[in-house]
Amino acid sequence: MSEERLGRVRDRVRPFPDFPVPGVLFRDISPLLKDPAAFRTLIDLLEDHLRASFPKIDFIAGECLDSRGFLIGPPLAQRLGIGFVLIRKKGKLPGPTESVSYALEYGKAELEIQSDAVEPGQKVVIVDDLLATGGTMCAACELMKRLKAEVLECLVIIELKLLKGSEKLKSIPFYSLLQYD
Amino acid sequence: MLFLAELMVSERPDPASEEERSPQLLLHPAGGCEGTGGNPGSSSCDISPLLKDPAAFRTLIDLLEDHLRASFPKIDFIAGLDSRGFLIGPPLAQRLGIGFVLIRKKGKLPGPTESVSYALEYGKAELEIQSDAVEPGQKVVIVDDLLATGGTMCAACELMKRLKAEVLECLVIIELKLLKGSEKLKSIPFYSLLQYD
Repeated sequence: MSEERLGRVRDRVRPFPDFPVPGVLFRDISPLLKDPAAFRTLIDLLEDHLRASFPKIDFIAGECLDSRGFLIGPPLAQRLGIGFVLIRKKGKLPGPTESVSYALEYGKAELEIQSDAVEPGQKVVIVDDLLATGGTMCAACELMKRLKAEVLECLVIIELKLLKGSEKLKSIPFYSLLQYD
Repeated sequence: MLFLAELMVSERPDPASEEERSPQLLLHPAGGCEGTGGNPGSSSCDISPLLKDPAAFRTLIDLLEDHLRASFPKIDFIAGLDSRGFLIGPPLAQRLGIGFVLIRKKGKLPGPTESVSYALEYGKAELEIQSDAVEPGQKVVIVDDLLATGGTMCAACELMKRLKAEVLECLVIIELKLLKGSEKLKSIPFYSLLQYD
């Protein structure tokens, strides 16, 4: 992976201290979306990584409690010539669904997928913009397990290493383009 | 359930060139809307099949790209509405070689923002954009998956007005015509790929 290409992406991630609450440093990817060359490079790098890692992927699943996963999932799926399936906050998807609840810092959240999103044995890469504690990504993996699909990898643009989210994923392969404390 | 393929075929004036139209026939029963009674703000139109089928999704973006290239010589940004507008905005922006800016529910964007509140069926909601998302005079197309009452799209146009940007058009995949949302947009040009009652 060329350092230059990675740098082009890294330069477009903008830190905001104390957002959404004091003590949290928010990594804003808005500049990345706003710059078409940088966004193209982002998708190039993710596509290269997936093509090199997995000969066959059936779907990209966008894990989006927040909906930022929607920003990268469809473009990446299109590059690979495959479809995109949605994992959403409970109550947003019509029709029969599987749902899983998980702990937040305060309270609980529930993620959902349509029951016909993927079939048993299909191979999926789950994507999101960022991995923090890993709680949401874990729940997404659990949903795939319920549908008996195989999670090839969980992939994010940004990993916040200090929160050790990747450890929560245990044996499921994990990949992040950029790492921050 | 309306078939996207049928609609595409019926829009073409010349029924003769089957080869040209064959990609559109890949748009099988996608984007079906199952009755719109009850709660206009919460669509029962499911675009999941459209996302799941890469050929259908590619054709969707093709059609939207063709439309925009034919309509506007210069567009500075695509602006997408949280959250299903995020599904189509970035691919469309990439096709046009331009950037994508986010319009989000209040509280999700860091830094200085503009916000506008608008009425929901019950209560209010607020939309937000980062103050530096667009500059005065820049030309923007606002996209979302669906237009129902038009309240959210209107609020998005208001945000652009606050930033003194020019809204070239509001563009959606699906328009629910009975709800007359496009009338709410008044003089701002509007485009929908599919129309349902």
